[in-house]
Amino acid sequence: MNQGLNLLVGLAMGLNLVALGTGRLPSLIRLAAWQGVVLGLMPLVIEAEWRVMTFVVATATVVMKGLVIPALLRRAMRTANIDRDLDPLIGYLPSLLLGAAGMIGAVAVAQRMPLLPEHHESLLVAGALASVFSGLLLLLGRAKAISQVCGYLILENGIYLFGLLLIHSTPLLVEGGILLDLTVAVFVIGIIVDRIQRAFDTLDTRKLTVLRE
Amino acid sequence: MSELLLILGPLGAAIGAACWPDERTRPWFLPVTGLVHALIAFGLLLWPPATPFHAWLGYDPLARAVLPAVSLLFLACAAYGVPYLRLRAERPNRLFVASFLAGLGLLSAAHMARHLGVLWIAAEAVTLACVPLLHFNNTPRAFEATWKYLLVGGTGIALSLLGSFCLGYASLHGGGAGDLTFTALMAQGPGLSRPWVLIAWVLLVVGYGTKMGLAPMHTWKPDAYGEAPGIVGAMLAGGVTTVAFTAVLRVRAVVQAAGAGVVADRTLLAMGLFSMLLAALFLLSTRDFKRMLAYSSVEHMGILSLGAALGGPGLWAAFFHVWNNSLTKGALFLTAGNLRRAAGGRTLDEVRGLSLLTPRSAMLFVAGLLAVTACPPFGPFFSELLILKRALAAGPPWVAGAFLGCLLLAFLGLTRLVFAVVDGRPPKAARPMDPRFRETVAILLPPLGLLLLALGIGLATPEVLREAWTAALRQLAPTP
Repeated sequence: MNQGLNLLVGLAMGLNLVALGTGRLPSLIRLAAWQGVVLGLMPLVIEAEWRVMTFVVATATVVMKGLVIPALLRRAMRTANIDRDLDPLIGYLPSLLLGAAGMIGAVAVAQRMPLLPEHHESLLVAGALASVFSGLLLLLGRAKAISQVCGYLILENGIYLFGLLLIHSTPLLVEGGILLDLTVAVFVIGIIVDRIQRAFDTLDTRKLTVLRE
Repeated sequence: MSELLLILGPLGAAIGAACWPDERTRPWFLPVTGLVHALIAFGLLLWPPATPFHAWLGYDPLARAVLPAVSLLFLACAAYGVPYLRLRAERPNRLFVASFLAGLGLLSAAHMARHLGVLWIAAEAVTLACVPLLHFNNTPRAFEATWKYLLVGGTGIALSLLGSFCLGYASLHGGGAGDLTFTALMAQGPGLSRPWVLIAWVLLVVGYGTKMGLAPMHTWKPDAYGEAPGIVGAMLAGGVTTVAFTAVLRVRAVVQAAGAGVVADRTLLAMGLFSMLLAALFLLSTRDFKRMLAYSSVEHMGILSLGAALGGPGLWAAFFHVWNNSLTKGALFLTAGNLRRAAGGRTLDEVRGLSLLTPRSAMLFVAGLLAVTACPPFGPFFSELLILKRALAAGPPWVAGAFLGCLLLAFLGLTRLVFAVVDGRPPKAARPMDPRFRETVAILLPPLGLLLLALGIGLATPEVLREAWTAALRQLAPTP
């Protein structure tokens, strides 16, 4: 079971690096979506015996992270009719190098943290830290509003990975509430992106500089 | 069960308001809900209900010590909301009223949350409910402020979730059965895995500190408070910050039970003093009186954090200060809304001579300034005095010195700006006053009421409140 899970976590970590290196907005959205699907499959691999709620959580995650949110972002991108290039504030190569360094750091940190015996062989903690780091890097290093939302999604995926450590102890009610909150958050962000585009005629957040001291 | 009404009542009213067909009568949902909420909250303050040990939601001593203040603030904002929304009749108010009411229900839920996950869900839902309120004015500036709020706030949200998971894992690693209520976590105490507790503390204090507006995570605050309507600013500065503070306190109690209380107190002390210093410096330079209120809020969050760090009587004084902060900030934001509407601007360059344009609001604004800068006999004077006393007794001497220095700088900054806009003659080229704007009783009474309460709580603190704060203190730091 751990092998399958580690394969999926490794896949998600790889997607982080590709996302850091990509220069096109549609492919960044697609990568975030694929990562969401990979994450959605994980509960099925972790659970020894399948229960109805596991299926519900897995399906909800795949549908939300893999379909609904990317569709929302693609719609915003199309209506905004923006340039598809990403305008990095931190270049692609430095981003990649930083991301790779972050990944190594994440594995090193994860090895030093005290873990339960059943999590010793698992890559979950390392994957979570690496994704959080990559997400923050995208959030800070890209200028377009939609690419920042993608960074936020990847950050959130990292937290979801960490949450999987607790899947046996947190009540699923709480998990469901968290998923709902996050979905609404991205939904609200999507609406605001749309309004910003209409108000400023741009989605370049570097131009949002009216308010300052 | 009546405590659940505090959550379900406003949420039900929000649904009702969303379905209500008439734009003109819809705002009345606000004061009616506010009144019922305040009656229940104060009823429960006088006759506290028993909370089962493992309950996920409950009107426990901590909620009892602060939630009535938020309820009072909401009532004043709601009463102000009716004439305000009449002035803004050109904007559809369905989403605004519904979000405002939902915000109250979620605020109550977050105050009463006794489960790590439920606290996060409620606190973050509050953040999201505020988004439609922030861009009610529909200007590009409002959208820019909302975007910054979402981006900074969203990252804070994410980090506090990661912190919650880490705290959960600390319990699991320490042999816990997966019960994530705060009471269970505190009972597990030293059994929690220490490295994970420390990581969780850092993430949670950054996450909830972002919502509270502690420096250096305060960057969204001036923009959001500056662009939001006055009643929204009041609820953000007096209600949402209070929720975040109680969240920090609940987590801190667990960290203390795990034996890392010293680390937690040091973090809170450093962040509190840093917030006060930064806010004081910005107060000396800002030229916009709504952004000024945001920096003043950062300063007061610093005071709360400092009080909590000093522990014991300091924390008791912090509860006192929560009430003072809610009441005075509410009064200031509501009158600032009046002034802005009358003057047509908010910076020193556009606005002068408000004492001639709007004499009553200007008077209230000056009185609010005296209250917020802790002039006796307003409540903040007494709470800050108690924190100072505790700092002199328990902390190193430089803490008390830094505290007083920051207060003095903030006082200079605030008075400089307030008297500059109130005094003098109105600029000749001033835009003509909004013809619909009149200083009616309806827009003066809510801030006046809040100020009188801030005065009353300072002159004669009700015994029931003293007892409620002591009970909250006992809940957070049970003596073994």
